[in-house]
Amino acid sequence: MNTEQSGRVSAAEFETVLPEGSQTVASFDEEKPGPLRRVQQFLHGFPTTIPFLVLVLGVVFFSSIVGSKFFAPFNLSLVLQQVTIIAVLGIAQTLIILTAGIDLSVGVIMILCSVVMGRTSVVYGVPVIIAFPLGLAVGTACGAINGLIVTILRLPPFIVTLGTWSIFGALNIFYSRSETIRQQDVEAAAPFLQWTGSIIKPYDLIAHALGIEVPWLKGSVLTYGSILMVVLAAVVWYVLNRTAFGRHVYAMGDDPDSARLAGINTSRTLVAVYALAGLVCAVAAWVLIGRIGGVSPQAGQTSNLDSITAVVIGGTSLFGGRGSIVGTLVGALIVGVFRNGLALSGLDVLWQEFTVGILIIVAVTLDQWIRRIAS
Amino acid sequence: MLGIVAGAFALAVGAAATNAAGPVTVGLITKTETNPFFVKMREGATAKAKELGVTLITAAGKYDGDNDGQVAAIENMISAGVKGFAIVPSDSKAIVPTIKKARDAGLTVIDLDTPLDPMDAATATFATDNFKAGQLIGEWAKGTMGDKAKDAKVVYLDLATNQPTVDYLRHQGFNTGFGIAVANPTHYGDEKDPRICDYEIGQGDQEKGRTAMENALQKCPNVNLIYTINEPTAAGAWEALKAAGKADGSVMLVSIDGGCPGVKNVQAGVIGATSQQYPLKMASMALDAIVSGKIPAIDPKAGFLDTGAQLITAKPVAGVPSISVDEGLKLCWG
Repeated sequence: MNTEQSGRVSAAEFETVLPEGSQTVASFDEEKPGPLRRVQQFLHGFPTTIPFLVLVLGVVFFSSIVGSKFFAPFNLSLVLQQVTIIAVLGIAQTLIILTAGIDLSVGVIMILCSVVMGRTSVVYGVPVIIAFPLGLAVGTACGAINGLIVTILRLPPFIVTLGTWSIFGALNIFYSRSETIRQQDVEAAAPFLQWTGSIIKPYDLIAHALGIEVPWLKGSVLTYGSILMVVLAAVVWYVLNRTAFGRHVYAMGDDPDSARLAGINTSRTLVAVYALAGLVCAVAAWVLIGRIGGVSPQAGQTSNLDSITAVVIGGTSLFGGRGSIVGTLVGALIVGVFRNGLALSGLDVLWQEFTVGILIIVAVTLDQWIRRIAS
Repeated sequence: MLGIVAGAFALAVGAAATNAAGPVTVGLITKTETNPFFVKMREGATAKAKELGVTLITAAGKYDGDNDGQVAAIENMISAGVKGFAIVPSDSKAIVPTIKKARDAGLTVIDLDTPLDPMDAATATFATDNFKAGQLIGEWAKGTMGDKAKDAKVVYLDLATNQPTVDYLRHQGFNTGFGIAVANPTHYGDEKDPRICDYEIGQGDQEKGRTAMENALQKCPNVNLIYTINEPTAAGAWEALKAAGKADGSVMLVSIDGGCPGVKNVQAGVIGATSQQYPLKMASMALDAIVSGKIPAIDPKAGFLDTGAQLITAKPVAGVPSISVDEGLKLCWG
């Protein structure tokens, strides 16, 4: 080459192409992906697909074996009502699990908030305009306490919330004195607390307002609680996907060290996530009062585990950083559809538990398989 | 968790009591801390202990069915040197060896509410006759429906799939009272009567009770009589009936327990009739027996001392003894 002769390199020389060099543009190794691999890649991009499919298959399956009793607007909307509480708690749980944490105290925070709202207004006669925000504040505070212990004492969330589960539970017994407040007493003193249980009939509503008859809505019954759940999910979805805070949550769950190095204040974000989850639990308390009419300090004993079930079946990874609110709603609906469908087929309750167990294991197996693409 | 905390607390208090070598110490162990039935029981025991001038230590399991928590509680009571204790067993079979250990150590053990299996494992048993409690509401429903009882459509909201003692006793008591032939006295679900429309499990919980009733209404839309294992379940079922537009008196609800919210629901017309039991009386009688060492005479045929169950209704039926709502409110708990 002439560069060796002159000892100098002309600028144009750099642009010449080495004849023996590779002529292709730089790229990643790309073996032709097999069909299974392509499914895996697709699911990695759209993790909510599987829960959606399971939900559709569940509905089709129970429609074919139970028939019109199951596949009727009334029954399907009933399932929606039955899963509302767990779905709202699931939203709180999703927030925590996205940060690679877990919250065992969501159920008991909900009960404590329902007792604070109900007892303060009904038994102590405080106006509901004060009692209700007080309940929301207690929920937020409980969540913040969880978050502070996790960040300041650097303890695993599992242990922290195992502890606060007992602590909040004891406070619940203390404040409620284990006394149930009846539906009629709530109705007399604080009917606002029951608003989430009020009924809407979409068919009548649309017929009245627009003069259109939508036959497939005939018989369906919604509660304001179910609508509140959807609105809440939309708000949390927006926060997670369209705000810096939301991106920080995902980033932190995916890789806390990189997130910190990228300049995210991880401690503050984590406390905020737990506090937000606590607030969502307080909203669940409102939904709970609407559904049972009164306030029962003993309700919802297993709702913490039920919320984790909904999140996991909904395709959110227990290892953090991956998953969605929509998935959790679908996960809650899957559990609701299977429980309702199996109950209507006349099977013993133990088979409901059995099926939910299988769903959990299948969901986590799928998650592990999809995750392998990342490594 | 709570059980452990309570157990540790009991141990600490118990140790303090023996060190002082002062007054007699007695114990009370309940299934849980939260159920108002046990809260009332503890209130009764606390008042009685004060009256007798003895020290009371209490403990409870973490949840209904927590046998390990109760075993630890009994061990703590033995080492605390109590004269005896009263216990509401969570698992009426599994707790027996530990109770034997306590009795071998010279303690008086009064079993409350749920009989042990075998019943004579305890020094004595004071309990509600749950079969009779069920029978009373069954008879009342039959009497109230009159001729229509022949064509009743009955839904049962039971306690749990494993059918614990209290579950089948109340259920089969109701069947016996209502006139449905019982196939197996210690297991429900084998009855062939066409009036049986559906069984669901409500777990004694208000929210799960509502869900169970919603599912039952899907299977059995023309139900007109609902048996519920307890009053929270009945309150949940009522919410389901209301949502379905059936809370107009066309469906009759009967229940068991006699808690204050339940009796008020009888007053409000939500529950037609309920059988009331008396936890406070059970606990104070037990403390009396332990401290005095005198066990009241027990009918050997029953094997336990019946602390009584009374029917509470606003609409008495001839031939079925009952008390009024006002009387029930005076005696109610929780």
